[in-house]
Amino acid sequence: MMKSLLIEASKCTGCLQCEMACSYENEGVFNPARSRIKVFTFHSEGRFVPYTCTQCEDAWCMQACPVDAIVINAQTGSKDVLEDICVGCKVCTIACPFGTVNYNQDSGKVIKCDLCGGDPQCVAACPTAAITYVDADATGLSRMRDWAAKTDNAAAPH
Amino acid sequence: MQHVIIGAGPAGVIAAETLRKLAPRSDIALISDEPEPPYSRMAIPYYLVDHIAEVGTYLRKRDHWYADQRIELVNDRVASIDAHGHSLGLSSGHSRGYDRLLIATGSSAIKPPIEGVNLPGVHNCWTLEDARHIIERAQPDSSVILMGAGFIGCIILEALASRGVKLTVIEMEDRMVPRMMNDRSGGLIKKWCEAKGVEVLTSTRVNGISEDGHGRLGVNLGMGDTRPADLVIAATGVKPNTSFLSGSGIEVDGGVVVDHRLRTSAPDVYAAGDVARGKDFSTRSFTVQAIQPTAVEHGRVAATNMVNGLEIVHQGCLNMNVLDTMGLVSSSFGDWEGVDGGDCAELFDGDRYRYINLQFEDDVLVGANTLGMTQHIGILRGLIQTRVRLGASGKRALMANPLNITEAYLKATQGTTSSM
Repeated sequence: MMKSLLIEASKCTGCLQCEMACSYENEGVFNPARSRIKVFTFHSEGRFVPYTCTQCEDAWCMQACPVDAIVINAQTGSKDVLEDICVGCKVCTIACPFGTVNYNQDSGKVIKCDLCGGDPQCVAACPTAAITYVDADATGLSRMRDWAAKTDNAAAPH
Repeated sequence: MQHVIIGAGPAGVIAAETLRKLAPRSDIALISDEPEPPYSRMAIPYYLVDHIAEVGTYLRKRDHWYADQRIELVNDRVASIDAHGHSLGLSSGHSRGYDRLLIATGSSAIKPPIEGVNLPGVHNCWTLEDARHIIERAQPDSSVILMGAGFIGCIILEALASRGVKLTVIEMEDRMVPRMMNDRSGGLIKKWCEAKGVEVLTSTRVNGISEDGHGRLGVNLGMGDTRPADLVIAATGVKPNTSFLSGSGIEVDGGVVVDHRLRTSAPDVYAAGDVARGKDFSTRSFTVQAIQPTAVEHGRVAATNMVNGLEIVHQGCLNMNVLDTMGLVSSSFGDWEGVDGGDCAELFDGDRYRYINLQFEDDVLVGANTLGMTQHIGILRGLIQTRVRLGASGKRALMANPLNITEAYLKATQGTTSSM
């Protein structure tokens, strides 16, 4: 069974430990600006929403890539960017309707969540279990999947 | 079932792979008139700066991919189509039958109709072959004149500048990337290039190109202004490759005319990508978009419709672009020029080269331009293409601060009172 990230925003306190852990794991620095997961703040409601790639089935990023630089990780099901093949054209960054593939001007490549190869550090760092790594079917990602399906205005086969 | 695809760009390759998945037992042939394995023109600018080798431009990197997929690669040129007889005439003299045919022949760079445009040293920047010529001539301290500051002109600027050439850009319109960016952002891109040492002449026409007898070119801008050049690059637009269709009876009007299923006017013949005049999501009219994401979507939709028993009715592709002009990233989505009776939210920070412009119809986002933004811009596509209603408060928040697109998305799609 593939696992995926389950994000329960109601449990998030906005501590940004996930961002710190992510940037340290992937970029070697404690810098939320370099994190693949982002916590969005709704000041008026006092709410925080962690947000990252859902490794969606449609994989708009992967389909749009003109040089075969985004591939499925057979172990985790994540869609991984192959850094040495990515040319930095950024087509994936506009193709992803969730905006979770982003261009890094320092490296000239795009970056996205790869589930840390199956041991997501945002999960390990989250003190309130707002982010957990569970069986994919249990994650309730259906709303995001619905969104993906809506973006696919080519419509389903009749 | 014999599936034949003409053209091995992204539309053709995605179509072939889609067909293989959906019709495991069919025969699939991919015909290309270029000698290289299928490659991506999108990658050429990065080849020009030596970031990648030629192999880095290939659409598929795995060894024996096409053979493993049982996709037959045919290096030939289609000279004619007998749509009635379901047969192709090839330049090699052979002919080839098909049950279903996909025209994915893409587009070619055009040269402006001016004197001297075919002189040695005047090149397009479109194919790998063009790129090799440019690399040869763009030596350090040589003078290079780039005609056209559209998408392709802009994206190769950095490659040229990094080769140490003296660079002049000439654009007929009053700003850079006029078909992708509005006047404020196009103006900022010009200012950015000038600050990087590139001469940019907008609202300027090239009258003709001459040669001095020693291989040096002269680019005549009128009023006695002639600029010397070692290399002139024509990045003045592309046109769909449809000339081989004359006499086939397949209707062409700007591009190959297709319906909502990407069928052409001939039975069992489909078209996809830059060559096809497909449906535009925003305008709902049929137009040639000539962008990578559309080529991919067309390839997938056309291939699905080519399989017996399957059908996708295509609602139209969103016109969108992302461009890196010497390190300044710009993007455009949908109706970035706005719609009648719509509203606009804008944030302009010229000193920092940051800009965003959002266009609304009622409380629905319909278009956007951004400059200097690299984070979460895909959400603009999602918001536009799902036609999600932002609600009065959601729209008000974006009008107050158009940078808060992710917050607007989270509010509109997930609510903020329930978990994600």
